[in-house]
Amino acid sequence: MRLLTHNMLSSNIKGVTNGFPLALEVTKLVTKPVDFNPDFLKNMLLKVEWKALVEASRAMGYAELPEQTEPSMVESEEFLRKFHHALLELHLEEGSLVCPQTGRKFPVCKGIPNMLLHEDEV
Amino acid sequence: MSRHSSLEFREDIRKMPYRTAQIRLVASHPEVYEPCDDSFLLVDALLSDQANLLHHQPRVCVEVGCGSGYVITSLALILGKQESGGVYYMATDINPHAVSVARETLNAHGIDADLVITDVASGLDKRLEKLVDVMVVNPPYVPTPEEEVGCDGITASWAGGEDGRSVIDKILPVADKLLSDRGWLYMVTLTANNPSEICLQMRRKGYASRIVLQRSTEDGQGSMIGSLLSQFPRFPFLTHGDSKKN
Ligand SMILES: C[S@@+](CC[C@H](N)C(=O)[O-])C[C@H]1O[C@@H](n2cnc3c(N)ncnc32)[C@H](O)[C@@H]1O
Repeated sequence: MRLLTHNMLSSNIKGVTNGFPLALEVTKLVTKPVDFNPDFLKNMLLKVEWKALVEASRAMGYAELPEQTEPSMVESEEFLRKFHHALLELHLEEGSLVCPQTGRKFPVCKGIPNMLLHEDEV
Repeated sequence: MSRHSSLEFREDIRKMPYRTAQIRLVASHPEVYEPCDDSFLLVDALLSDQANLLHHQPRVCVEVGCGSGYVITSLALILGKQESGGVYYMATDINPHAVSVARETLNAHGIDADLVITDVASGLDKRLEKLVDVMVVNPPYVPTPEEEVGCDGITASWAGGEDGRSVIDKILPVADKLLSDRGWLYMVTLTANNPSEICLQMRRKGYASRIVLQRSTEDGQGSMIGSLLSQFPRFPFLTHGDSKKN
């Protein structure tokens, strides 16, 4: 699971109001190189919650992202390369996503997050 | 018993003619829906709408109930490799085996997409709200007893509850929430699902609709319909499935 996926997920447990971002518990992490595509990155920069990405990439052992973004940064290839690496190349292979409000863990197995709820959580 | 009749129904629609996109299925699983005539109908509908889709330039595309990944992979290929550089793909399924197979299908075609095991789009609806430009759905639409809806494994791929509408009726409000102001929903339905009522319901929320493709299912359940519901009233007319031509 790349951090882009993480950035789109919130805890969906009934009654949880503060479900984003989910904390990461990393058991196994892998890095998979993918093609650098500045257009895709510029598009996604508008959709990503930056702070959540910064925190998640730190949890994955990558601390190169700036605390904040500025519009001018999209012109910097150096910045886009870091964003690319954090967003698309770091994968949580095994671990869990932890609901910030309840501590409930959503498992990530073989790189796929499972957000299915138990009956009493719906 | 009714499970049996639903399977027979699948056998029936298997006989229909179709045109397929060139997707290699590299993985399969006994509990995962193999692309069938309804999958082909949806992909053919997307293919016949390719010019519109390219013009639409979607930035975020979502499939609910991706099964083997056949449809979302096809959509990515239809939108094109270069174009796909700018498109974000996300697919969900309630069946964990399906998501694993979909991962392999996507990988085999070099498509990057996010996959999540979830009920419809639960857990994604906050962050994807109003971001989705194209949503594609081949839902479980076969009328069955309500208990079969959302069962484990392959049953969930066809069991649609009363009038085959249970899962569809769960998807529609989610689609409405996720679709952007220019968002489009492509969805397969049966005549038994009362598609004109679906169109009417969505029209009240500001969606125009049109039938993209229609094929008969030869078993008395009427036609299988691939329709487009678009939020922006680009197609300011409403049709419904009463012609039964093949
Ligand atoms: C008719 S199959 C279509 C599979 C694939 N999209 C295709 O066209 O070949 C319906 C799929 O929806 C999934 N599904 C059923 N109920 C669901 C739900 N509540 N949320 C997400 N997926 C669901 C099933 O597991 C199955 O994979």
